[in-house]
Amino acid sequence: MFYREAGDFKTTYRDDGQTFPIKLDRLGYYAILFVAALVIPFIINDYWANAILLPFLIYAVAAIGLNILVGYAGQVSLGTGGFMAVGAYSVYKLMTAFPDVSIIIHILLAGGMTALVGIAFGLPSLRIKGFYLAVATLAAQFFLVWLFNKVPWFYNYSASGQINSPERTVLGWAVTGPAASPSAKYIICLLFVIFAAWVARNLTRGTYGRKWMAIRDMDIAAEIIGVNPLSAKLSAFGVSSFFVGIAGALLFAVYLGAAEVTEAFGINKSFLVLFMVIIGGLGSIFGSFAGAAFLVILPVFLKNVLVGTLGWPTDLAAHFELMIVGALIIFFLIVEPHGLARLWRLVKEKLRLWPFPH
Amino acid sequence: MKLKFTALAAAAMMAAAPAMADLIVPNLSYRTGPYGAGGTQYADGFNDYFTLLNERDGGIGGEIIQVPECETAYNTEKGVECYEATKEGALVFNPLSTGITYQLIPKVSVDEKVLYTPGYGRTSAKNGKVFEWVFNAPANYWDGASVAIKYLLDENGGDLNGKKIALVYHNSAYGKEPIRTLQELGEKHGFELMEVPVEAPGQEQKSQWLQIRRDQPDYVLMWGWGVMNQVAIQEAANIRFPMENFIGIWWAGSELDVQPAGDGANGYKSLTFNGVGTDYPLYDDLQTHVIDTGKASQGGEHVGSAVYSRGMYAAVVIAEAIRKGQEMAGTSEITPAQLREGFEQLEMTDERLVEIGLPDFGPAFSLSCANHGGNGMARLQQWDAEAGQWNLITEFTEPDAEILDPLIAEDSTAYAAENSLEERSCE
Repeated sequence: MFYREAGDFKTTYRDDGQTFPIKLDRLGYYAILFVAALVIPFIINDYWANAILLPFLIYAVAAIGLNILVGYAGQVSLGTGGFMAVGAYSVYKLMTAFPDVSIIIHILLAGGMTALVGIAFGLPSLRIKGFYLAVATLAAQFFLVWLFNKVPWFYNYSASGQINSPERTVLGWAVTGPAASPSAKYIICLLFVIFAAWVARNLTRGTYGRKWMAIRDMDIAAEIIGVNPLSAKLSAFGVSSFFVGIAGALLFAVYLGAAEVTEAFGINKSFLVLFMVIIGGLGSIFGSFAGAAFLVILPVFLKNVLVGTLGWPTDLAAHFELMIVGALIIFFLIVEPHGLARLWRLVKEKLRLWPFPH
Repeated sequence: MKLKFTALAAAAMMAAAPAMADLIVPNLSYRTGPYGAGGTQYADGFNDYFTLLNERDGGIGGEIIQVPECETAYNTEKGVECYEATKEGALVFNPLSTGITYQLIPKVSVDEKVLYTPGYGRTSAKNGKVFEWVFNAPANYWDGASVAIKYLLDENGGDLNGKKIALVYHNSAYGKEPIRTLQELGEKHGFELMEVPVEAPGQEQKSQWLQIRRDQPDYVLMWGWGVMNQVAIQEAANIRFPMENFIGIWWAGSELDVQPAGDGANGYKSLTFNGVGTDYPLYDDLQTHVIDTGKASQGGEHVGSAVYSRGMYAAVVIAEAIRKGQEMAGTSEITPAQLREGFEQLEMTDERLVEIGLPDFGPAFSLSCANHGGNGMARLQQWDAEAGQWNLITEFTEPDAEILDPLIAEDSTAYAAENSLEERSCE
């Protein structure tokens, strides 16, 4: 009823292979894009941008990146925080060293830098997997954070070891620094989110995506049918780190504006993004968005309800927030171990048959 | 799912918007997380003083002060969220976190809100020509470092040549702040500085203290906060480091830090810029109007503790600045810009402290357009484990301006250049 396939005929393979094969889905997707790109920028205010939408978009990019590695290629990583730090510090060094180059190029270069670092730390994945690989990437997390805290060159020898993002513009609009308007910051993040989701979606359903999934499902079998594990695993690390680096660069330059590596990119970040991927749904682009929304928006929402509406003391609310989010995570994983994306898929399937289930 | 969330969130946000009246002084506090113990006491002191003014005097100049609280958990992202959530109509922010302060410095300059960071934050914000909206009186970290060294100079007959001083610091922006100053002071006075970083939050310090035991520094300075302090003091007691040679910054000088070590902490010293205990006339009013009426934050269980007193002191200075701003603007409903004027003309004299009921509680200082940090005076206190209290052991001491002024000029000019800011002229 809600999802009607009747009358929606596919006459070419191209039609059949599109991302949103159902017309209603496709329309919904265009509608969301339209609202996100052409409505929200005009009505957004500081609070919505800085407290809700920017973190949501940026973490969605990070979750997409990690989902490629963990969800599609099956390589467990706990180094996300460290790789985000690489993105942040690369963009900082580039911004301060080449102030005249567009920030968009810097962010992409920061992603590229992170990809190289990610590939380097992905090398052990050729020999080890599972928990052992998680420990190896955990080493990357601690090493990178230690490096950025230890070597003053990375923070331009500032007295306190903090990095600050100076003002940079795109087409004359400030997108970093304090003077940037909420809509400018939002649009730049939205651009990168759309770019990341589009690239990731198309990579994962092409040759590389199939190689990754083959490696994930059974690496020896994949090798026998002709998948080169070296190129498959390292490309997964590279692409994943590229997006994670972009997320780190955006987090520092556009969202926070100042960062301290131990605080902003500690092990907690790695866990947060990993939880987003697990709760959203492994191996799903939509799941990355759903997971990011769940872990970014829900705590803010709970805080506003508990403190703002119900008037609870802030500490009580903060503790309850942790408990509620934790309980919900457990609940979701019991009810639907494949994450919110799977839940959404089930709902869609039900709706397609409604009201005549068979 | 997502749409529903946002719709609900929107509804909640509408309800959460503060009423647009009175003077709003948000309290970006943290009562949870690794630093929650100290953050709680500070927030209580901050709240209680404004409650007292509201209850006893009907606010300041007839305007009730609202202190909406927002929990940051000492986390910069939550701090940004809190700032955005409370900034509408707010006059001044005091986030009690160097990390959050760094996030907010550029933002407050654009939003035109006052940022008051007593004893923490960016040291070079003292230069009001560059940091128009930021105030860090009465003292900053570099003042603290200098006052500590001055005290050691006094102890040693004015000569620290050949001495070895270790700095045990929280390995973050906060802990790194004094290093440059101490290096310069080391060159001037001929002592050797030994840097001993401790990773956040600071429970793990065994190897650091083994190093200290091996290298035998004459003195240990500590820039710590939260759980790091009590672990450090316990470890120092374990290696039998002489406690009277161990000096913490003011954030490493609360009861919470020394009590866990018991008698081992006896003689530990720390810097401070505010008095502690309840032997001040103001506490009688606080008792009558706030604690007895049950309006005290958290029931008033921390009244008189070192960190509570520091939170209260921050509220006292803000209240005085509001008063000054009202006086200058000729209206009681002041804007943040008028409050900034009030801060810039603020004079905290000893007489005024007596009037408030807090004689000798803080240093006398005055601010100006160019000087947002006062004269940086601090004093030392020493822990008496048997009596369970801090005793003040020196008078307010001025730091060594000869070393600090060029450093502040250098750092603030670098900030201005990095962000292409024009220095204000201060005539």
